[in-house]
Amino acid sequence: MVERTRFIGGLFQALTALACLIIITMVAIILGNIVINGAGGLSWEFLSQAPRDHFTQGGIFPAIFGTAALVILMTIAVIPLGVATAVYMHEYAPKRSRIVQLVRLAIQNLAGVPAIVFGLFGVGFFVEFIGRGVDHAFYGGRLMYGQPAILWAALTMALLTLPTVVVATEEALRAIPQSYREVAYALGATRWQMIRRVVIPQAAGGILTGGILAVSRGSGEVAPVMFTGAAYFLPELPTRLHSQFMELGYHVYVMSTQAYDVEATKPLLFSTVLVLLILTFLLNFTAIMIRAQIRKRLRYGR
Amino acid sequence: MRHTRTRSILPAAFAVIFVGCGGGSETGVQHKSITIKGSNTMVILAQSWAETFMRENPGIAVQVSGEGTGTGIAALINGGTDICEASRPMKDVEKDQVRSRHGKDVKEISVALDGIAICVHQSSPIQSLTEAQLKAIFTGRITNWRDVGGKDEKIVAYSRDNSSGTYMFFKEHVLSNEDFAREIQALPGTGAIVNAVSKDPASIGYSGIGYASGIRVVPVRRDEKSDAVAPSLETVRSGQYPLSRDLFFYTTGEPAGDVKAFIDWVLGPEGQKICETVGFYPIVKK
Amino acid sequence: MVLSLPRLQRIGTLSDRLASILIKGSAFVAILALILIFIFIGREALPVLTSPEVHKEVDLAKLFLPQASRPGAAAEFTWQPISEIPKYSLAPLFAGTLKVTIIAVLIAIPLAVAAAIYTSEFAPPWAREAIKPCIEILAGIPSVVVGFFCLMVIAGWLHSAFGWTYRLNALTAGVGLSLAVIPIVYTVSEDAFSSVPQSFREGSIAMGASSWQTASRVVLPAAMPGVLAACILGFGRAIGETMIVLMASGNAAVLSWSPVDSIRTFSATIASELGELVQGSPHYHVLFFLGAFLFVLTFVINLIGRWWVGRLQKRLQGAS
Repeated sequence: MVERTRFIGGLFQALTALACLIIITMVAIILGNIVINGAGGLSWEFLSQAPRDHFTQGGIFPAIFGTAALVILMTIAVIPLGVATAVYMHEYAPKRSRIVQLVRLAIQNLAGVPAIVFGLFGVGFFVEFIGRGVDHAFYGGRLMYGQPAILWAALTMALLTLPTVVVATEEALRAIPQSYREVAYALGATRWQMIRRVVIPQAAGGILTGGILAVSRGSGEVAPVMFTGAAYFLPELPTRLHSQFMELGYHVYVMSTQAYDVEATKPLLFSTVLVLLILTFLLNFTAIMIRAQIRKRLRYGR
Repeated sequence: MRHTRTRSILPAAFAVIFVGCGGGSETGVQHKSITIKGSNTMVILAQSWAETFMRENPGIAVQVSGEGTGTGIAALINGGTDICEASRPMKDVEKDQVRSRHGKDVKEISVALDGIAICVHQSSPIQSLTEAQLKAIFTGRITNWRDVGGKDEKIVAYSRDNSSGTYMFFKEHVLSNEDFAREIQALPGTGAIVNAVSKDPASIGYSGIGYASGIRVVPVRRDEKSDAVAPSLETVRSGQYPLSRDLFFYTTGEPAGDVKAFIDWVLGPEGQKICETVGFYPIVKK
Repeated sequence: MVLSLPRLQRIGTLSDRLASILIKGSAFVAILALILIFIFIGREALPVLTSPEVHKEVDLAKLFLPQASRPGAAAEFTWQPISEIPKYSLAPLFAGTLKVTIIAVLIAIPLAVAAAIYTSEFAPPWAREAIKPCIEILAGIPSVVVGFFCLMVIAGWLHSAFGWTYRLNALTAGVGLSLAVIPIVYTVSEDAFSSVPQSFREGSIAMGASSWQTASRVVLPAAMPGVLAACILGFGRAIGETMIVLMASGNAAVLSWSPVDSIRTFSATIASELGELVQGSPHYHVLFFLGAFLFVLTFVINLIGRWWVGRLQKRLQGAS
């Protein structure tokens, strides 16, 4: 009887360990395959040149530039809005207010909304509704903003990543001991002074983490930018808010499905995927490092 | 310290954005760029044209995307493109929509000739197919290769998705406007179809002649009694190949300025030579 | 009271008020944006229900009931919006979405929950340090990369191994999709397991139970609400995923039970057809209807999940 239980116990443990092993193997296979097939194509030329010969030669610099530009614009939009929302909910709003509950509900649910729905919203609202309105109001009907543009793609991504920033900031705000705030008040600070000089610097790490996670998501999601601004082949880099742009993730999608000769672009494809992965991992790694640093600091005091 | 730095970065960033934003519009200079949107079949042709044209005319930028003829036509109607490249003729209802939104008629310009190639795997034993057989395969009435002279296995048919001009052309001319069978795989680009067919021995697909490589092109017969005709410059030009078609550029109203210069160049000897290099056929000089 | 304060503090009060206005304003904008999504998508989807012009081409009956494609032909569920007679049945899309989601979830949940149990109950510390980063890496891989890998590599392997008729089908896409679901299910389950108080485990071992008996009869039931929440979150993630299915599922609107037939999901349909829309056309409104449908679906799933989990939690806490 004891042997049987021990056997079942061993089996149970073995099966769960096997599950872990399977997952690790899958990740290893994917990464390994991409690295093996893509590392060969990585070079300075690859990162700094534009694609040639229908994407079978050259590099992906425009896509890197476009992704960077998109992400910068997105961050400029999402960090102030997200931090302000979290600060408002945590520091200004009366406790248990209806608005706070409504906002929390909206944020929790928005985090679960599929990315393509954001893309739909981006097209219908930003491009068509606001873009066309801007054209009518400022450009006399000429088509400038009523079409896919990096501005709209960035705003759509900002909406997508807003929950991430708000949640990360709120977490950071919550981690600040109430005593810090009370000390500031005791010294005669106004609410804004307290927030500016005590709360925000203390929460900076969490805000940064949230920002980096947002950026990491923003550089990888394709569905929201497919119709709000990303393009297949552009002769020049996006220099205006109403330009379209090339983007790493969208580039991977288009190259694997619509390229002229999918077999011939395979080496370039794998290298592009590798670049995208390296970028995403660097960002995630940085966020994790910062988070670990914050936790260490909180534990041992400044 | 930290906040003064952030306080100076943010406004600077905003300033850069606004200057960048204003610069394009306030000077009133029309940024010289031509937008071409539409057919995925034609995108590689348009890209070659764009690259060569831009090399010879450095002041003009040509921007190409090719998600499907339907997207190009929608862009033309919405006003989002200068040129719509189409692998099928525009329908009257679409031309009406352009007229009602922009007050001008569309201008249709034939820029190249194409033959729709029927692709099968390199190992397929099929020697030729009649138009009726093609129709039966893609409407789902024939589902096994042995019914058309092949091995006993299920036919896996690949098609474009419904934004494609090639899809529409095939539907109209081969399927007589009947619907594709539901089981037909809808892939987003011609390259994807050719790639899929090259990997699947039991498959069949269709693509513009310019893309057909790595697979076998099956000659087509009009009916049981005709000869099998393979797509080539002569057979497509003469119309002998049953699935020949024109490839079009559409503009709202008569093309003018840079757009006209580009289109004239495309119709000229250099542009037409590029057709052949890419794998399509130059238009017949009338 | 303001007048009696010294000058410096009055300035402080001014910047205080300005800051509070800016902050409240920004928060308001953000909140507005969040709510706007709900409203706008609903507004653009509404014509499907109300506009007579749209009804000429499509209405609720056409969306949900079988239609005869030609007079005299049998009524069937078809999605073919670009056609002589546009057909807009949601049934094949719904079936496709459900099929690939269920396949993905059936693969992902056992693997992820088992891995979470191992990590929190049995694994030696070195293994824990190896597995967690692995899962984080998996979570960080963008879905377009997973879709790319599925299309280029996995589809080929599965096809040569099993020889199915269709290389791109629900099962292939489901395998790829499970890779995107595993991290969420793992993370939330693992959180649930670690929040089970250590005293539970100690009590169980004190009574003579072995490690696995503790895990399966004490820890797992105690963590059940969290594990269920994980499953529901995973399900919600799978339903809305676009890129993986767009690239690897064949995109054929087939209504069938077989897991190795190609499928077309809601999200992939929106993604492939959004580009060719003329603003204001019936097709445009139907795509927004699909988007609203997806939105409401994920909303309801999350809501039910949280409610059910809350009830379970109360029951478990009440019992203990």
